[in-house]
Amino acid sequence: MAQRRGMEVSIAVSEAVKLANVDVISAYPITPQTHIVEHLSELVADGELKAAFIPVESEHSALSAAVGAAAVGARAYTATSSQGLALMHEIMFIASGLRLPMVMTVVNRALSTPINIWNDLSDIMAERDTGWVQLFAINGQEAVDLTLQAFKIAEDSRVLLPVVVNLDGFILSHVIEPVEMPDQEQVDRFLPVFNPALRLDPDHPVSLGAFGSPDVYMEVKKQLEEALIGSQKVITEVWKDFGILFGRSYKPVESYRTKGAETLLLTMGSITETAMMAVDALREKGQKVGLIHLRLWRPFPFKEFFQAIREAKVLAVVDRALTPGGMGGPVGLEIKSALFEKTDRPYVAAFIAGLGGRDLTQEIFTEMVEKANRYARKKKEMRYEMIGVREK
Amino acid sequence: MIAEDLNVFKKFTPKTLPKEEPLVFGHRACQGCGEVLALRMVAKAIGSPMVIVSATGCMEIISSPYPQTAWAVPWIHVAFENAAAVASGVEVGLKTLMAKGRIPEKKITVVAFAGDGGTADIGLQSLSGALERGHDFVYVCLDNEAYMNTGIQRSSSTPFGAMTTTSPAGKITAGQTTWKKNLPAIAAAHNIPYVATASPAYYLDLMNKAKKAAMIKGPAYLHVYSPCPTGWRHGTDLAIEVSRLVVETNIFPLYEVMEGKYLVRKNTKPKPVEEYLKQQRRFSHLTPDLIQIIQKRVDAEYERLLKLEGMTAKAESKEGPKEEVKEE
Amino acid sequence: MAKVDALHPWKEVPLGCAILEPGNARTFKTGDWRSKIRPVIDREKCIKCGMCWIFCPDMAYGHREDGYFDWNPDYCKGCGICARECPKDAISMIAEEE
Repeated sequence: MAQRRGMEVSIAVSEAVKLANVDVISAYPITPQTHIVEHLSELVADGELKAAFIPVESEHSALSAAVGAAAVGARAYTATSSQGLALMHEIMFIASGLRLPMVMTVVNRALSTPINIWNDLSDIMAERDTGWVQLFAINGQEAVDLTLQAFKIAEDSRVLLPVVVNLDGFILSHVIEPVEMPDQEQVDRFLPVFNPALRLDPDHPVSLGAFGSPDVYMEVKKQLEEALIGSQKVITEVWKDFGILFGRSYKPVESYRTKGAETLLLTMGSITETAMMAVDALREKGQKVGLIHLRLWRPFPFKEFFQAIREAKVLAVVDRALTPGGMGGPVGLEIKSALFEKTDRPYVAAFIAGLGGRDLTQEIFTEMVEKANRYARKKKEMRYEMIGVREK
Repeated sequence: MIAEDLNVFKKFTPKTLPKEEPLVFGHRACQGCGEVLALRMVAKAIGSPMVIVSATGCMEIISSPYPQTAWAVPWIHVAFENAAAVASGVEVGLKTLMAKGRIPEKKITVVAFAGDGGTADIGLQSLSGALERGHDFVYVCLDNEAYMNTGIQRSSSTPFGAMTTTSPAGKITAGQTTWKKNLPAIAAAHNIPYVATASPAYYLDLMNKAKKAAMIKGPAYLHVYSPCPTGWRHGTDLAIEVSRLVVETNIFPLYEVMEGKYLVRKNTKPKPVEEYLKQQRRFSHLTPDLIQIIQKRVDAEYERLLKLEGMTAKAESKEGPKEEVKEE
Repeated sequence: MAKVDALHPWKEVPLGCAILEPGNARTFKTGDWRSKIRPVIDREKCIKCGMCWIFCPDMAYGHREDGYFDWNPDYCKGCGICARECPKDAISMIAEEE
C-alpha cells in the first residue's frame, strides 16, 4: 500500500527516477536542479539505485552522454535548468532527431541575462522546437507521476522520442509537498524493461547520425513530426494505464471549474494552484470564472484545447516567458495561432507575468481576469500586456 | 595496472596484420587521403567487437553519406565537440547493461575518433572530462592540422608557419603565428594510463599502439598524424612519404607515455626540417629565417621530450611497462 | 541491395535516418574517380610484402591465395601511394586507358 508523506519535490523526483530503474544518469549541477542530482548521487553511492552516475563536466556533455547511453540501449536520464538547458540546445535537436528515448527533468528557471536563479518558463520555451515531448507538472505528485510516465512514453515503439518533464524551480522543486510514492512492484508492472528499437550492437552494426543531403532531410523531419504528433495517442494510453494502476488520471488539458465559465485563465506549471485560488475567490463573488492548464505542451493538444474552451467568451493567457519583438509570449502566440482557424473564438487577453521569479499572487490573477473581461467588453485590440513592470 | 592489461599483448608483424576492414571501400575521401588511411589502420588494429563514436569532420562526412555507410561496425556521430562525451555515455551504458545482465558480457572496445579541431579546440572540454573520469575507451585524434572539412581553416593544431585560409600567407603575417598545441602532453597531464603518438608511415608502430590502447583498462589517447594532400597542397601519392619525413625530422616524434613514463623513439640524426616543409605548398611562403625558427623549436621540443623520458624513468612507478618502442 | 540515391518516401526512411546495412558504401564504385592514371603491378619484381595493401586509403588491394595482391579497379582513386611506397618499384602509374 503506497504511503503518502511530505517530501521535498526534488527528492521525490529522484525517488521516481530510482523507481524507474534507470541505467545511466549523466548530470551537471545547476541551481535549482541540484537537489535532484545530489540525491541520485547518494542513491547510487549507497547501492540503492543500480545505475551508473556520470558526473559530467558540462550540461552539453550531460546530454551528449545520455545520447551515447541511450544509443546502446540503456535507460538514460538527466536533469538541468536555465543556462544548462540553453547549453544543451544543440544536442536537444540531435537527441530527438536520432529518435532516442530518454527523460530529462527541467527545473524551470529564468534565462540570463541578468543572471537569475528564480522561476519562469523561459528556459523550456526556448526549447520548444526541439522535437521533444514536453510535459508540465503543477505539484509534487505530478512531478513524480509524470517522471514515471515519461519513460514509458519515450520508449514506446510508436514514439521513440526524448521527453522533458518540467517543474518550477524553487516554488516546486524546493518545497515539501504531500506525495504518494508508488512501490517498486507497481512501477515494474507499469514500466517494462527498456527494449530499444535500434542500438549500437557489434552483432548488428548500424550507423547513426549520418550525413543527410537535401534529398532526405525533409523526409526525416516529416517522420519526426508525425512521431511527435502521434505520441499524443500513446500519451493518452499511458495515462489511462497509469490511472488504472495508480488511481490518478491525467489529461493533456486540465479544466478547473470551467462549467458555465465565461472567462477562463490559461496557465502552465505550479502557478496554476495559485490561480485556482483566485478562481475560487472570484466564484465566491458569483463571477463565472474558470481555469484550464496545459499539462501537455508538445505535441500541442489542439483538440482537447478547443474542447476545453468551447463555452468560454474570454481567455486570459498567462505566459511566463517573453518572445521579444513578437507576439509577447510563446503560449499566447500558440493559443492565438491555434484559434486562427476557428471562426467562433473567445477574446484572447495575452499576459506576461512572473518573469525571473517575480511573485505571482492571487491578486495578480484576479487583476488579469478583471482586465481580460474589461478589454473584451471594450473590444480592445491588444497584442499582449506585461503585468507588474514598474513604470515609475 | 597496464602491465597486467598488456600481459597477453602480442605485437603485430607484417604477416600477422588483421584482415578485417571495419571501414569499407566506397568511402568518399579524397584521393590519397592520409587521414582515412590512418583511420583504417587504427580501426583494423583494434578490431571487432567495437563501437565507434565520431565527431563531425572529414571522416564522418566521407563515411556516412545517407543512404550509404562505409562502416561495417556500429558507429554513431552526434556533434562536433562531444565525441568524448558521447563515448563516455556509450562506455558506461554498455558496462551497466552488462552488469545488469541485459546484454552478454564481453569486451567491446569503445573508440572515439575526432579531428584536431574536434579535439584541440571545440572538443577539448569533453575530452578532458572523459579522461579525468577515467572511462575505459580509446580516444583517437586524427590530426590533419586544420579544419579541413570546412575548407582548410586553422586550428590550434596547425603548425607554426602553415598557410590556411584563416592563417594566410599575407603581407603582414605569414601563415600560422602560434606553435602547435601539445595535445599528447595535455592528455598525459590527466594521468591516464596510456598516451601515444603515431604516424601511418610507421604502420606497425601505429597498429601496435592502437592495439595496446584497446587492451589497456581506462582511457588511452592516441595522437595520429594524418596528412591531407588537399589542404597541405602536396601530391596525392605523398601521404606516406610526408608521414615518414615528419618523424625523420623530429617534427612529430613517436613516443608513448605509459603510466607517466615517457618512452621516446630515438632519432639521433634527424633530417633538416626543410626537407619536410618543402614537400608541401602550405609552407612554400616560408623564408629561411622562419624555417630556422622552426628548426630551433623542433630541436628544443625533441630535447625536452628526451629530458622527460629521463626524468620519468627515475620516477617511482609501481610496475614498468613490458614493451619498449623499437625502431622500425 | 542499397539504394544509391536517397529518394525514398518518408515512411521508408529508417528511424532517425539510421543506415541499417553495414558497409553498403561498397556499392559506390569510387574507381570512377580515376581520371588520368592507374597502377600496374610487375609481378616479377613483387616480393609480396603487402605495402600496397596496407598503405592504400581505399582498400583497393586484396589478398590472393598465392600471396600476391590483386588491384581492384572498382575502388582505386589513382592516388599513387602504392607506386611510391612499393619497396621494389614493382608498381608504376600508367595512363588510364578507357
